[in-house]
Amino acid sequence: MKKNAFSNRVLTQRLGFSLLTLVALFTVIPILAVIAYIVAQGAPAISWEFLAGFPREGMRAGGILPAIVGTFYLTLGTAIFSVPLGVAAAIYLAEYARENWLTRLIRIAIINLAGIPSVVYGLFGLGLFVFFLRFGTSLLSASLTLSIMTLPVIISAAEEALRAVPQAFRTVSVSLGGTRWQTIRRIVLPQALPGIITGVILGLERAAGETAPILFTGAAFFLPRLPNSPFDATMALPYHLFVVSTQVPEMPIQIQYGTALVLIAFVLGMNLIATVIRSRARAKRQW
Amino acid sequence: MDKSLSWREYVITRAIKASGYSAIVFVALIFYFLLHDGLPALSEVPLADLLGQRWYPIENYFSILPLITGTLIVTLGAMLVAIPLGIGTAVFIAEIAPRWTRDILKPLVELLGGLPSVVLGFLGILILAPFLRVFLNLPTGLTALAGSLLLGGIAIPTIVSIAEDALDAVPQSYREGAWAIGATRWQTIWRVTLPAARSGVLTAVMLGLGRAIGETMAVMMATGNAPVLAVKLTSLFSPVRTMTATIAAEMGEVASGSVHYHVLFFIGLVLFLISLAVNVAASAVVFRQKKRAERVLS
Repeated sequence: MKKNAFSNRVLTQRLGFSLLTLVALFTVIPILAVIAYIVAQGAPAISWEFLAGFPREGMRAGGILPAIVGTFYLTLGTAIFSVPLGVAAAIYLAEYARENWLTRLIRIAIINLAGIPSVVYGLFGLGLFVFFLRFGTSLLSASLTLSIMTLPVIISAAEEALRAVPQAFRTVSVSLGGTRWQTIRRIVLPQALPGIITGVILGLERAAGETAPILFTGAAFFLPRLPNSPFDATMALPYHLFVVSTQVPEMPIQIQYGTALVLIAFVLGMNLIATVIRSRARAKRQW
Repeated sequence: MDKSLSWREYVITRAIKASGYSAIVFVALIFYFLLHDGLPALSEVPLADLLGQRWYPIENYFSILPLITGTLIVTLGAMLVAIPLGIGTAVFIAEIAPRWTRDILKPLVELLGGLPSVVLGFLGILILAPFLRVFLNLPTGLTALAGSLLLGGIAIPTIVSIAEDALDAVPQSYREGAWAIGATRWQTIWRVTLPAARSGVLTAVMLGLGRAIGETMAVMMATGNAPVLAVKLTSLFSPVRTMTATIAAEMGEVASGSVHYHVLFFIGLVLFLISLAVNVAASAVVFRQKKRAERVLS
């Protein structure tokens, strides 16, 4: 009887564990399948002309260079605005802020920024940057919109990296006569740098793959040339994938998969770089 | 200390403090611009019309009800997919998987989180929708169901990573205590670890929900874009249109300052308030749990 109850429990556990293993496989296998499928379908489309050429024949032939360059510019523009602001905000939260109502309000604001739907950022960018500040539908408006969307990711990651630096580092620096800023600039920031860079790349990765925030703030359906000022509209990879898969009839399937492949290579490449920096820094860390 | 140094220190400290407040400024600005361009809709469109039956802007039908039901049904479907799979995967990673499996699974789930939603929408059109059309014998595969499945995939990484953190934070001594009185690992997971991580798991579900409601591109591409009232369960198998997709699809073509423009901003305002509510609720859960933990430990 007792033995029976025990074997029942073991049986339940076995069944339960098998079920959860299946669940995990069911979650993970589609991810791999999706990536493998896009690589397999998109690889034949990749050629020098596809990567370095301009679209031709209503985008049904030729390359996607303007979209690649546009996404590069947008990512760069986003970094220019969001990195200094985000890192400074993280320094404030980790090194200066006391636990009071204002700090709590800042944290609530950051959580909410992270949760606002991306298309609402698009509306905001349209209202503030495109119309109110008269930047027009441009690289600048789109970059600024993406920057604000990326800000919470960068602040959270950078704050975590700064807080991970042991307190003793600060104590020693201050005891040697360093001011607060000198301590941050020469001691804390260099130690936290790999963590900050990882967070920045992960934030920019999200910005690079977003479509909704740039739809009405800076994305162009088609451009015969590269943007040459921040006030030009620009093509972008995610928007281009949207265009070729829904807006253009009789689009060759190969170009669609090729565009998807270049986009995920761009985004997952950034992810890979972040992962490498993180694991290298962990291996080298002395504390 | 020489004077220039302390002056520089002062300027830098000011700049850092100002940046610290930026998040508050941006939330306020976003709220202001949504109010500024969204509220006129309330005076331009009678409330009865706003809550009517049809969304057909060309003929001045501006009912946001079909869009709200569209968002609801797609999100509901997404949560039915994402909650069991997400929590199951989190439990597997945190409690069952051996170290090496965990080291493979975690980055893989993060990888899914990093995939742009437009890529998922693209695959939704090319693979998922045709499959659903044939498999379920529907007139079109671009349905609420297709949107739900994709949104489920988008919400899963959020749920897994936060729920897994919560399970990981449960002290090992809880588990050891349960094992010591003869519980199997399975019983320990269900009766000790998961209840102890309850609030974190709830937060994970809520933030996943927030992501699903706010997701735009994948649903716009895969749900078939038909703004019809979706009130029956069978609506899951017909095309719908969500709030986010409506903004994304139509904002590019409206004249700034028109009624249509204001209504789209009004929808944005509703979305903003929903995400605000979800996030405040999620952080309130965490806050309450922290307080309780402090009480227990003191």
